[in-house]
Amino acid sequence: MDIRNRIAKRVAAFFQPGDVVNLGIGMPSLCPNYSDPTVLFHTENGLIGTGPTATGLHSMTNFTNASGQAITPLPGAVSFDSATSFAIVRSGRLAATVLGALQVAENGDLANWARPGYMVGMGGAMDLVCGVRKVIIAMELCTKKGDPKILKECSFPLTGKGVVDHIVTEQCVIDVTPDGLVLTDIIEGVTPEDIASKIEPDLKVSDNLKIMES
Amino acid sequence: MLGKFTSRNDIIPLFKDGMTIMNGGFANKGMPERIIDLVLESGARHLKLISNDTGDPNETVGRLVHEGRIDKVICSHIGMNAETVALYGEGKIEIEFCPQGSLMERIRAGGSGLGGVLTKTGLGTMMQEGKQIIEVDGENYVLETALRADISMVRCRMADPLGNLAYRGTSRNTNALVAMAGDITIVDSDLLVEMDEIGLDHIHTPGVFIDKVLAD
Repeated sequence: MDIRNRIAKRVAAFFQPGDVVNLGIGMPSLCPNYSDPTVLFHTENGLIGTGPTATGLHSMTNFTNASGQAITPLPGAVSFDSATSFAIVRSGRLAATVLGALQVAENGDLANWARPGYMVGMGGAMDLVCGVRKVIIAMELCTKKGDPKILKECSFPLTGKGVVDHIVTEQCVIDVTPDGLVLTDIIEGVTPEDIASKIEPDLKVSDNLKIMES
Repeated sequence: MLGKFTSRNDIIPLFKDGMTIMNGGFANKGMPERIIDLVLESGARHLKLISNDTGDPNETVGRLVHEGRIDKVICSHIGMNAETVALYGEGKIEIEFCPQGSLMERIRAGGSGLGGVLTKTGLGTMMQEGKQIIEVDGENYVLETALRADISMVRCRMADPLGNLAYRGTSRNTNALVAMAGDITIVDSDLLVEMDEIGLDHIHTPGVFIDKVLAD
């Protein structure tokens, strides 16, 4: 399995039957391929019940995702205005949101909308991390240059303070807990020491460390 | 023309230099394309735009940026539009970013006779800078103030002569809020229908919010 699908499949294991979940653009959009069929997906531009990307006759300009791509509304889908969409977000009706990240700090601070010299807006991310019950980060463990993204403190502008619950990467899953970062899953061939060397904060290892499918 | 159905020639002169305009739609979809045409045709400049985003370069609402009509934007992101990003970098356009949910509540408040809303969104981030923090029952909230426009521009699926509107699918999103918050609200509807054709239980925006429906 390629890295993107590996991460998406592990993220989807966090969803429970009947959950309503918001997915960010990019890698998180692969999660429905691995989710329980009773999980419904919310798109912040105004719909619950988002299905696959639509093509041909099924492609309609009035049914799109947050990237503006045509999607298929599944049976049972409902559309609503943007105030209702974010009422759903802020009031805790969504079980989870899956987002990318530039930096995550050991206390759960998230930076994913701006870096120095490049600020193009946060869209709905600040509302999502503020109100959704579980914030799951789907990202590669390090930057393309190999620098750590899991830090003692974020240096980029924050999306939210203390908001992250789980970090799913191509090598491991790390939970953010009141006692610090805890390694819960790891792929074969990699050791907890390898992971600890690629992040800044201290890393505890779960007593129940699981092998992550790779 | 019948009721609020209005000719383009009666809409074009409404747009004036320096106005604040508000645009419905999201990521190029559900945007009032034919009203944007009329803004361009009016020649109005130095406009302040309130919109979720600025579309793609020279597409939909992005045409107003491309033609240099916009001095300031209040929006949740500009990432799809490299022209807006470049102008922002050069200091040629002012951008006020606002979290999307807060932006929508600011517009809803403006359209509802309210002064603003209290939200936890943005607490502990740079989005709280310069804003009042208000404590209610021991919890802190950011005060997000209401937004209104001189002219709101709305896209819908169906409009009747009273200005009653129905939207389709995700195109309802920001349009249903923008429709409430303009001193003058102008509609670009896919279909013009007769009185009672939408069905009173299926009207999303009551016509009392609407001033003009483009009809030619």
